[in-house]
Amino acid sequence: MFAVKQPTTKVLPLYQEFHPRWYRPRVSVYWWLGQWQYLKFILREISSVFVAVFVVITLLQLRALRAGPEAYARFQHWLQSPIALAINGISLFFVLFHTITWFNLAPRAMAVRFRGKRLPEILIAAPNYVVWALVSAGVTWLVLR
Amino acid sequence: MDASSHDVLLVGGGGAGLRAAIAAAEVNPKLSIAVVSKVYPMRSHTVSAEGGAAGVVKGDDSLDEHAYDTISGGDWLCDQDAVEAFVKEAPQELLQLERWGCPWSREPDGHIAVRAFGGMKRRRTWFAADKTGFHMLHTLFQTTLKFDPITRYDEWFVTKLLVDDGRVDGVVAIELMSGKIQAITAKAVILCTGGCGRVFPFTTNANIKNGDGMALAYRAGASLKDMEFVQYHPTGLPFTGILITEAARAEGGYLLNKDGYRYLQDYNLGKPQPNPVMRSMELGPRDRLSQAFVMEDQKGRTLATPYGSVVHLDLRHLGEKIINSKLPFVRELCLKYQNLDPVKELIPVRPVVHYMMGGVSTDMNGATPLAGLYAAGEVACVSINGANRLGSNSLSECLVFGARAGKAAALYAAEQKAADDKAMAQANDERKRLEAQFLHKQGGRERVATIREQMQKAIEKSAGIYREETSLAEGANKLFELQERYQDIVLDDRSRTFNTELEGALELGFMLDVAESIVQCALHRTESRGAHQRTDFPARDDENFLAHSLVFRKPDGSSRVEYLPVKVTRWAPGERVYGEQAPESPQQIPQAVPAGRAG
Amino acid sequence: MADKIVLEIPRYSPERDVKPHFEEFEVPVHKEWVVLDALNYIKDQVDGSLTYRWSCRMGICGSCGMMVDGEPKLSCATFLSSYSRNGNKLRVEPLRYFPIIRDLVTELSDFLVKLKAVKPWLIRQEEPPLSEGEFLQTPEQLEQYKQYSMCINCTLCYAACPVVGLDPVFVGPAAIALAQRYNQDSRDQGAGDRMAVLAHPEGIWGCTFVGECTRVCPKHVDPAGAIQQYKLKAALDWVKSFVTPLGRKNTDVRREAAND
Ligand SMILES: Cc1cc2nc3c(=O)[nH]c(=O)nc-3n(C[C@H](O)[C@H](O)[C@H](O)COP(=O)(O)OP(=O)(O)OC[C@H]3O[C@@H](n4cnc5c(N)ncnc54)[C@H](O)[C@@H]3O)c2cc1C
Ligand code: FES
Repeated sequence: MFAVKQPTTKVLPLYQEFHPRWYRPRVSVYWWLGQWQYLKFILREISSVFVAVFVVITLLQLRALRAGPEAYARFQHWLQSPIALAINGISLFFVLFHTITWFNLAPRAMAVRFRGKRLPEILIAAPNYVVWALVSAGVTWLVLR
Repeated sequence: MDASSHDVLLVGGGGAGLRAAIAAAEVNPKLSIAVVSKVYPMRSHTVSAEGGAAGVVKGDDSLDEHAYDTISGGDWLCDQDAVEAFVKEAPQELLQLERWGCPWSREPDGHIAVRAFGGMKRRRTWFAADKTGFHMLHTLFQTTLKFDPITRYDEWFVTKLLVDDGRVDGVVAIELMSGKIQAITAKAVILCTGGCGRVFPFTTNANIKNGDGMALAYRAGASLKDMEFVQYHPTGLPFTGILITEAARAEGGYLLNKDGYRYLQDYNLGKPQPNPVMRSMELGPRDRLSQAFVMEDQKGRTLATPYGSVVHLDLRHLGEKIINSKLPFVRELCLKYQNLDPVKELIPVRPVVHYMMGGVSTDMNGATPLAGLYAAGEVACVSINGANRLGSNSLSECLVFGARAGKAAALYAAEQKAADDKAMAQANDERKRLEAQFLHKQGGRERVATIREQMQKAIEKSAGIYREETSLAEGANKLFELQERYQDIVLDDRSRTFNTELEGALELGFMLDVAESIVQCALHRTESRGAHQRTDFPARDDENFLAHSLVFRKPDGSSRVEYLPVKVTRWAPGERVYGEQAPESPQQIPQAVPAGRAG
Repeated sequence: MADKIVLEIPRYSPERDVKPHFEEFEVPVHKEWVVLDALNYIKDQVDGSLTYRWSCRMGICGSCGMMVDGEPKLSCATFLSSYSRNGNKLRVEPLRYFPIIRDLVTELSDFLVKLKAVKPWLIRQEEPPLSEGEFLQTPEQLEQYKQYSMCINCTLCYAACPVVGLDPVFVGPAAIALAQRYNQDSRDQGAGDRMAVLAHPEGIWGCTFVGECTRVCPKHVDPAGAIQQYKLKAALDWVKSFVTPLGRKNTDVRREAAND
């Protein structure tokens, strides 16, 4: 129709006139590394593994207790090994991370209203920390008394 | 060539277009309805309206008072039968929107709340916080989603109306995503394309407001009405043109010149009082305030900035508490876009092009003299706005006349037969034109941006707040020259896919036509009325000009202006008096004027 | 003399390219310029084929979302000067996780389908005539859903949500927040209908609560909060359906209450 040179005639094999091909960027496997917020999210997700580690250690402890004083002593000895210390240290870090991030998210998930106004976030997050502190104090008292 | 076919086709998905689509669907659920919009409907510029929408609801108010405020505010250039229909139906339309879920602001008892507004003697402006247009548009858009007969053509750009033998058969449109140019035929077409603020260099209007519908109708043979009436809002932020609401002045803001003097007292707008007085000083009408700014500027009593002269809007005496509770958005905008805090600093403001009173000439049902063509919203001129629109009337206008046009078009369409092959042939010609003139063009030297800038400069210089014969004539010449140069435009972008440069070029073509009609109408109206002020004819002339300008396009592309008498029903033309008639003990604006940006 | 900054913009046209490549444009930096002003400068003065969406230039129409320096932003509400030190480079890219039509323009039809899927309109059992006036709604009841009604559909939240990226069928933050906007509206009776659509692995249960949607939202809508509250409601409904056979009818009960 028009003998004019035009970009649309030197089409790539993939382009058909009037049928644009969308470019779909692929999400990289390492998408969570690029941004601190994403990394934090992934760490929060991973932290659940370490919550489980704590539970498993507690179960092993119970098993050792049932198996008698000797087994229990062995278990306690193992707990003092560098590996056990490392596992527990890392787990503690993640469990704290888990607790704190979830407590901070709690106000998001719970919209408590008082006289028509939404309660400020701090009023929802704070009680979690208070209860946490009280329970920890209680446990400390039980263990150390 | 592809084509699709509908019964009723809306060009535009703003407040007017979506309201019309629903009205048509409700009149006759069997009709197929298309909404064609160059942006996703919820991006339409209705979204930016903030102040509110007027409609009489409260006991202390009456339809007659709303009508009178509108007519006197429009300097008696309104058709009074249209105004009477408008004020009567506005409350029902606003109520209907409530039923569709619009989050209107409420009184403590759960009833609709209303606020005061410029030029309105009573409180009758419904509002949804300070985002009325946003909430109205999203409510309408979401409501249309449940109507199956409504098909949307999102991001389709209409380039031409298909006209055969005085009858409109549909449109030609470009699907932006693919670049496909095709006919969409319909038995009735309703133009709802909004205003044309972008014809001017400095405006509150979005990038999409290019007067497309006005030019489409004009080229198809319909007439444009009262195009010389362009509203300047007195308080826009320099550079961005972002609006600072009328409510800022209703709360008690002062306008100060460079000496800190409330200069409005020198322009027959009353004596300064510490507190706001209705219809006086800072609460005078928009046209008079913008005119006072120009006079002050000529006296050298404004401040120069890189983005033009400014005066100051002073809110400091209101204090942080009032500003935060009543004008939070003003503060946010100033902080965000002007980097200043109105609690402590003066806000630089200057008049800014805001609204087009004129448009496609229609009757009270939105019908134009072209069979099958309707128009509603800012693109149309019914006329209820006369020579100066009152803030908050235009959102209601979109609803009332959108609904009326939708119903009328649906009834009309049900009687018609489908378009024939001639429409297809026309569409094919249009496609060839677009390809020859832009996509496949060889040669050409002019850039879209250059011509656009020169057009904007030319029209501001000739048809700004004040006009006179020589500058208008110069403007007309310049526009003629630009029309010629437009033929020589060359695009960097020759591709089919989402070609926004092509879109910009076509919009520029529309704007040139609209600009020309503005200048021609302004040239012919040798009187001053409302927003049209001629320094060479400073008085209103009811003898000769109590009439609408109608501008037609002649076959050679030039224009012809005619006059159509204004319809007067019950309100004889009178004098518009502001300020000096302020009552002895000044009537105070009730303190409950809520926050928000006015329109 | 104004400072300068170099914008790095991925260019993609399906007619020419297989994938995007970056181009650099030097633009002046004025203190009142937003990123969008710089793009307009390029389009008007340098390369008319640069392709992006914009309209209102006041942060309300939702057209102009882009990745600015890796963050989803409204380019009309993001000052250029906050990124400029002389000679600095600034990356402006299309919103993440969306298919790209051209340059900075993303494909939105999928988003619109999702919006419609959540039935974002007022659902009523019966409709009294207009002559009966407005549905009453106190300012407190308005406050319940106000925040969720502020969404401008800019899709920044989709570009912030890795779940959207990894699982394109996920309904996504804005659409779920919009459902909540109607659920929480005292005039609405359609929460049950919407729950049927959204209590689904591709609906609310798809969300892993990354929380980024809320952080990037320019209108403070808090979609993340909306979704978690929705989950809570869904879980409670589920539990109730076990505790009492009437539990399932829970939403109907609400409907009747709303009718009173
Ligand atoms: C900042 C601002 C504040 C305002 N505040 C108020 C207020 O408080 N109260 C009040 O009453 N009024 C106010 N106004 C005025 C009012 O908002 C407008 O007059 C009204 O919204 C216009 O609506 P509309 O439906 O006619 O057009 P728009 O909402 O502008 O919609 C136009 C539609 O047409 C489509 N379109 C245009 N050209 C084409 C084409 N070629 N092809 C396809 N589609 C096309 C667009 O995509 C869009 O969907 C304000 C205006 C501004 C700018
Ligand atoms: S241009 Fe409208 S939101 Fe940026």
